[in-house]
Amino acid sequence: MKIERREFLKLGAAVAVGLGGGLTLDVLTKTKPAAAETRTDVAGTRVSSKALHAKRWAMVVDASKFKTEEDFRRVKEACVKAHNIPDFGPDSKHQIKWIWEEPFERTFYGVDDPYLPEAIKKENFPVMCNHCENPPCVRVCPTQATFKRPDGIVGMDYHRCIGCRFCMAACPFGARSFNFVDPRPYIKDINPDFPTRTKGVVEKCNFCMERLDQGLMPVCVEASNGALVFGDLDDPTSDVRKILDTHYAIRRKPELGTGPSVFYLVGGGGAGA
Amino acid sequence: MLEKALSGSRRYWAWIVFLLLLILVGFLAYMRQFEIGLGVTGMSRDVSWGLYIAQFTFLVGVAASAVMVAIPYYLHDYKRFKDIVIYGEFLAVSCVVMCILFIFVDLGQPMRIMNVILHPTPHSMMFWDMCVLFGYLLLNFIIGWTSLGAERKGFPHPHWVKVLAYIAIPWAVSIHTVTAFLYSGLPARSFWLSAIMAARFLASAFAAGPALLVIFLLILRKVSSFKVGKEALQALAKIVAYAMIANVFFFLLEVFTAFYSRIPEDMAAFQYLFWGLDGKHSLVPFMWSAAVLALLGIALLVIPRTRKNEVILPFAMAAVYLAAWIDKGVNLILAGFVPNPFGQVIQYAPTATEIMIVIGVYAIGLLILTVLYKVVLGVREERA
Amino acid sequence: MIYGGKKIFAGLFIFVVLLISPFLANIGKADAQPNPSLNTPAINALATKQCVGSQQFMRTYHMQLLNQWRDQALRHGEYTYVNSQGQKFTISLENTCLKCHSNEQQFCNTCHTYVGVTPYCWECHQKGATQ
Repeated sequence: MKIERREFLKLGAAVAVGLGGGLTLDVLTKTKPAAAETRTDVAGTRVSSKALHAKRWAMVVDASKFKTEEDFRRVKEACVKAHNIPDFGPDSKHQIKWIWEEPFERTFYGVDDPYLPEAIKKENFPVMCNHCENPPCVRVCPTQATFKRPDGIVGMDYHRCIGCRFCMAACPFGARSFNFVDPRPYIKDINPDFPTRTKGVVEKCNFCMERLDQGLMPVCVEASNGALVFGDLDDPTSDVRKILDTHYAIRRKPELGTGPSVFYLVGGGGAGA
Repeated sequence: MLEKALSGSRRYWAWIVFLLLLILVGFLAYMRQFEIGLGVTGMSRDVSWGLYIAQFTFLVGVAASAVMVAIPYYLHDYKRFKDIVIYGEFLAVSCVVMCILFIFVDLGQPMRIMNVILHPTPHSMMFWDMCVLFGYLLLNFIIGWTSLGAERKGFPHPHWVKVLAYIAIPWAVSIHTVTAFLYSGLPARSFWLSAIMAARFLASAFAAGPALLVIFLLILRKVSSFKVGKEALQALAKIVAYAMIANVFFFLLEVFTAFYSRIPEDMAAFQYLFWGLDGKHSLVPFMWSAAVLALLGIALLVIPRTRKNEVILPFAMAAVYLAAWIDKGVNLILAGFVPNPFGQVIQYAPTATEIMIVIGVYAIGLLILTVLYKVVLGVREERA
Repeated sequence: MIYGGKKIFAGLFIFVVLLISPFLANIGKADAQPNPSLNTPAINALATKQCVGSQQFMRTYHMQLLNQWRDQALRHGEYTYVNSQGQKFTISLENTCLKCHSNEQQFCNTCHTYVGVTPYCWECHQKGATQ
């Protein structure tokens, strides 16, 4: 059963009145404006709260700042901790990955150039869900369990996912993982502030949508010491736009037209330079 | 009419019990998968679809091929197919049921399957596939069952059955087209990203389906009162021959485009199939077997002397069927995941549990088919 | 006269007894009303013990409310809930509901067991925290 918010508020008031649960009749009269104001009111709340908002969230990866194993470990571990990502070991078929590193030839599979500088060939890059502007995974999902939000984030509803894995076949970036078994026994220490997943659903990076609402940057960005920059692609004054306006950044598989929201600064220089 | 399936020879019951045993084994294997998750299969993060989806894809084709018997009979009034058409329709029923079961066993959260209806999503090809598959199941069952009922009473089938039969023809094309669209619209997988995919699917379906039907009809000739006519068999064999030639032709078109353009990503999956890639070649034996079987089957069917030889005919049909099965029921799906989005070759091999579930689903299909065919035979024996 | 009447009636009798056996088994047993416990550290620390909705409302509609919260937060990025009295709450099962109701066994399960439902919330939400 689904109830709309307006009905829901009315119901709530009616039930409360019916019970005489400390509420007087004027609540009923107040209900109407409350119902009407919800949109604006919630919007009003949003403006006044700490929540971060954007038309299209995006990330710039400054590859020059990912030098050592440690640089990757910090970022990956922050994500694993925050999102209760299980560890099945590096060789498991059942690996769950939200953000991890790949060498150049894999990150940019198809950009096969034997004359690249050695430094770039040997470099590793963090990869994750690209939160595409035009996401094929969303297009193919038969239940809208994966969807694109108004802020550009491609989200997952783990309650609705039927585990058909069509999205995994459709994702050109290998960003999606499937819970082949119950992940819980493989989570080192469970973070109670974030749910785990159940067996049989697909999962992926969520651009830390739960943190953005609390006014916080994604954990990977926070842990990256400036190697990852996050902001609104639609806002010309945002950090990501400032970098993109002055640096040459590339995206993974741009020819497929999915419009990734993750940009890479490749080949030294970096955003700070 | 169903009571006709409740009386039969000792051999009939032995066959039924055998199928029930296979179903039981499959069911127990499925219970294990249900409990533990799809981790009991050989599927992985990189090859996220395996035998289940491949069988589904292949069987949609076999189901669609009922139309190859329906078109000559309903549209061209080809009388020799009059007694056969119902076998084609019931084969379609059994295949669609298997398709639905293969989708079901492939789901990570099978209990939520109704979400597809609860949250209908027209931009997902999976949603349309569900719609057309259920429609096709109903159409074939209603057409088959009603005409059989009429036949039992000695009446011609009601007029509306013919209307449904006309609808079923484009519907059959639609089920396999939509199934091809599941694959051919994905930017991520260049092996599947081909405009000719639906045409390939239909060609291979129209070869494999009638080939299987011929095999079943020959079995019926041996074990039952239904003696299929030589002409009908030859007509089916010619359909199989043409369709298989088209199927191989379409495949070669894909090979040409990939290798003449020399686009690395487009060549990769074919290289993996024919020679292996990165030292990994688990599908190479399958690919070459399919190639040999396809050419053998075509040769046996094109040469009139071998085609007309009813001892050789079942072997020719088996060759075509197996070639089509390997092509679509194994290679097409698995090679689509090679290389993965990072250019790596990750291989897949089904587990014992997975194979038992596959066998269990096939056994359910065969059980449905046996019961339906038994009803047809029973009704016709009663009339005779 | 029914042919083989005795057998039929005997069969019917057995069927009816089997059918009502769960009720027979529970005859005379106390109809123990569930009594969900509010005794958690977080609730005890509250000045006014008040949920996001009235008790009756929460009892009847918490499932719908949770579904609505999920869609609102996850799909639309709206993390603020305004109840019928204009009070604002952060939409979060983890951080709003379960911070107070951290006693799954004594709170959630008492009613769920009573009405014979087994929601799967705790397969993903919070259980780990108490382990």
